[in-house]
Amino acid sequence: MGDEIAINQKSENIWEIPKSGKMLVSAIIYASEALMNKIKEDKTLEQARNVACLKGIQKASYVMPDAHQGYGFSIGGVAAFDMEEGIISPGGVGYDINCGVRLLRTDFTADQIHEKRKELLDALSQAVPPGVGKGGQTKLSKEELFDLLKKGSKWALENGYATEDDLQRTEENGCLDGADPSAVSARAISRGLPQAGTLGAGNHFLELQAVDEIYDKEIAKTFGFEKKGQIAVMIHCGSRGLGHQIASDYIRLMEDKYGHKDLPDRELINAPIKSDLGKKYYQAMACACNFAFVNRQLIAHWVRDSFKKVLGTSDGMDMVYDVCHNIAKFEEHIVDGEKKQLCIHRKGATRSFGPGRIEIPEVYRKVGQPVIIPGSMGTASYLLVGTKKAEEISWGSTAHGAGRVASRAWAIKHYRGEDVKRQLAKKDIEVKAGSWKGLAEESPQVYKDIDEVIRVSDDLGLAKKIVRLIPIGVMKG
Amino acid sequence: MKKFDILEHTADGKFRAYGKDLEEQFGNAVLAMFSFMFDLEHVKAKIKKKVHLKGKDEKALLYNWLEEFLALLDIDAFIPKKIEEIKIQKTADGFEINAIVLGDSIGEQEHIGSVKAMTYAEMEITDKYVQVVVDL
Repeated sequence: MGDEIAINQKSENIWEIPKSGKMLVSAIIYASEALMNKIKEDKTLEQARNVACLKGIQKASYVMPDAHQGYGFSIGGVAAFDMEEGIISPGGVGYDINCGVRLLRTDFTADQIHEKRKELLDALSQAVPPGVGKGGQTKLSKEELFDLLKKGSKWALENGYATEDDLQRTEENGCLDGADPSAVSARAISRGLPQAGTLGAGNHFLELQAVDEIYDKEIAKTFGFEKKGQIAVMIHCGSRGLGHQIASDYIRLMEDKYGHKDLPDRELINAPIKSDLGKKYYQAMACACNFAFVNRQLIAHWVRDSFKKVLGTSDGMDMVYDVCHNIAKFEEHIVDGEKKQLCIHRKGATRSFGPGRIEIPEVYRKVGQPVIIPGSMGTASYLLVGTKKAEEISWGSTAHGAGRVASRAWAIKHYRGEDVKRQLAKKDIEVKAGSWKGLAEESPQVYKDIDEVIRVSDDLGLAKKIVRLIPIGVMKG
Repeated sequence: MKKFDILEHTADGKFRAYGKDLEEQFGNAVLAMFSFMFDLEHVKAKIKKKVHLKGKDEKALLYNWLEEFLALLDIDAFIPKKIEEIKIQKTADGFEINAIVLGDSIGEQEHIGSVKAMTYAEMEITDKYVQVVVDL
């Protein structure tokens, strides 16, 4: 796997690759020893070190507890760049721009909906076609799509799919500023047109969950949860073919313009933030970001419709929050005691701001930003709260979910979809999946231990546990 | 000759596509990529698609070629089944590919997974195979 990388353990959950060679800063890994052993098994550390070599990087190249190897940048990586000297990189965002998670709370309890789960999931899969290549409910014209890309969730509001409250409880209020559809290729537009409001396959899902444990009653109440067994709905998906095409287009454009010969890894291709291409990538990325916000908003709308249809009402089905976990943003942070605008790349990482930050909706500003971290199918998900500590040590970021440890090929060899369904049924989890193979690939055993990832995040103060949620019904693409 | 092998990779789809020449390898690479998404046994070769595209070098050509089919899946709901004709040629500024591909519409086809994007990760072009990692 190449040269040995020197690692120092700084404390129980903090490791460092000290600055050396072409590194401009050190790399810091937030992980327990157990998680670190998993991280060492692939190229994550090498990638973290390579990121530390990129022009304009500030403070350190950060690695989250659930990190694993990705395209150029590892998944579960955070890096901030100076606006004047620094770069912006599609690999630091990910192909699935604004893959993210949305959480809705409800007044229903697990007992109340137990018998109705299959009916609910059936209604949901009617409303939200999950799988690959299958179009959604919404047929948009090109003009409507352009409007949607510029406005994000505001478009959904204008078209009756969202409430004002929904927008406020979404990161960036559901619209990243600076989105310019003219920066998006015709091909990306064509791919996006049939896919508005679709879930997509792979690790995307829609889950009915029940509160399993509450760690902080006050904050849980602020976020909308008060008792065990209370039902929540979690939606995990991204920007589909539109986002993937945008990432691909700009990787190609940046390669054409800047070449990749000086890079330790071709996949770290980037452009100066201030350059024309850097600006255009951001404008296109913002479009993909907005597309994903609208997807999750549309799906939330249909979830409410489905609940109304099957259970008689969707009253109380408010949003808790919606977070991105593949994104690049301009944020203000403290660097050497001074306030500074930075370009933060979070790839497979979630923003985790503490109390007081202006970016957090007013209703939550006193307690901190809700952080949603999904586990994998059949395992727990968590609702946490962001912290001032995270702002100090990770640009206000934490993990995004349980990273994979076993390959899909291995999973298919060792687990059969029907077995996974049976296993989940034993845990009393109802499943509706697009395919058996998809289920096997996503079987929970192939993911890192979510509870361990959360424990480390909590111990370090990157985000504090508030509610633990367990799945009682899953819809996968 | 075997058309392709799926290899181990933690999170993504890695494969090697074999062939006696580059054209055959490129053709089998398409089938390998789609094997992550569909059982191609059940796909018919009824719809004809013409593909023409370019690349600055062989790797870029391979990248653009495979990405084309991901786009066709999203835009036209097209699943490729058989490469009827394929020709790769050098040009003044790189390479170009001309192909005729047969396949079918996704219809009620059961998908078994999803490929998010093509990547350059671990890409290899040798005289025996092309190796590709796709983002799943």
